[in-house]
Amino acid sequence: MFYHVGVSGVDLQPASFEELAIPLFDQLYNFAHWLTQNREEAEDLVQETYAKALKGFSSFQLGTNFRAWMYRILRNTFLTSRTGLKATMTVPLDPEEDGPELAVDHETPETLLFERSNRELLQSAIDELPVHFREILLLCEVEEMSYQEISETLSVPIGTVMSRLSRARKTLRDRLRRPQPQVGAATAAITKGTKHGL
Amino acid sequence: MVCESWKAKLDTYVDGELPEQEMRAFDAHVRSCPACSADALARVQMKRAIQVAGKRFTPSAEFRNRIQKSIASKPQRRFRLGWMLAALAAVVLVVGTLTSAYLGSRSGRDQVFSEIADLHVAALASPSPVDVISTDRHTVKPWFQGKIPFAFNLPELQNSDFSLVGGRMVYLEQAPGAHLIYDVRKHHISVLVFQERSLPASLDRSPKKLPFNMETWSQGGLRYFVISDASAADIDRLAKLFKAAS
Repeated sequence: MFYHVGVSGVDLQPASFEELAIPLFDQLYNFAHWLTQNREEAEDLVQETYAKALKGFSSFQLGTNFRAWMYRILRNTFLTSRTGLKATMTVPLDPEEDGPELAVDHETPETLLFERSNRELLQSAIDELPVHFREILLLCEVEEMSYQEISETLSVPIGTVMSRLSRARKTLRDRLRRPQPQVGAATAAITKGTKHGL
Repeated sequence: MVCESWKAKLDTYVDGELPEQEMRAFDAHVRSCPACSADALARVQMKRAIQVAGKRFTPSAEFRNRIQKSIASKPQRRFRLGWMLAALAAVVLVVGTLTSAYLGSRSGRDQVFSEIADLHVAALASPSPVDVISTDRHTVKPWFQGKIPFAFNLPELQNSDFSLVGGRMVYLEQAPGAHLIYDVRKHHISVLVFQERSLPASLDRSPKKLPFNMETWSQGGLRYFVISDASAADIDRLAKLFKAAS
């Protein structure tokens, strides 16, 4: 038997799979689309995730994090898909160790970003991140997961969450720091510079 | 240089993940250090910008309905089955043996279809859905020799959208059978084959409601089930290939 799990603890209302899983639908789809970068593949991924989760719901442990459980199923399904295998095989994981990020420049990527007020620029930069950076950044910033939740979702220690998140942000900042397309003839040349390999 | 140790923890600070004591110390430092204060503010702004930019994709209403239906049907089916069994017991008491025999066969039919759906989902949820992995029917078919008490033919798939993934042995109503998995445009289709005599009679009528599309028929003493979330047209095409091969 499963129960609604609230912020303050466990209510004594039995919860069906549908009641728990449907509220996550929009955000799971958004995350799936970011991972697959394709609408049809995102739909297939979400559909497969729900089918697997429904089947395995009886094995879900009461008191553990249902949201992290669903995201873990989705991510593992993605990693074993053709697109997921391609994404992880073409982008080798860097060592987790990384030195601290040092002093801030006078003109930071953030100030450049907000001067341009360009959401597409940021979306494009996130799109170009390697999948292991993209997913951890989205889980932290968009899904607002705690380090503990991310650790459960990705099945990695919290220390790895912290270092990988730090490197994801640093990579994103580095990409935003590069010259961006302006107008006319300059655009093509600068774009070529920003569309570097991963 | 003094700020370097703080800056190393700046991300953890803006994420609110530092231990309480360190959080308070960091707050005090940020209030007294313009450089760290500006950096923290910039990172908070970046977090907010990513949050807004990250909420980018919205599912279609049609897809939402499809998912809702697929997960709503399971508990409903359980409820209906339970209710039917209770009703069946009452009717048996009142009406007598003729009616009970009829309802018993109907219940058995629904049970078989439910088990077929479970076998399909269980295979797809498994990390190793098939025991023999091959796209070659001449490898998969011989694998079943000595494992199941009957033989069957697998269709030629050239010039079709279908591809064979592999097979495994399964049990239905305590009788062994073959479970084959095919792919068509990223959908998985299960084909299950059992001896007709080991199953309840009157399986030809399709189930009224299942969370999947299904087709079943009897041929040469064998009962075939084709089940998937793929379209009914795809299932029908694969069923026709099997019928032609048998």
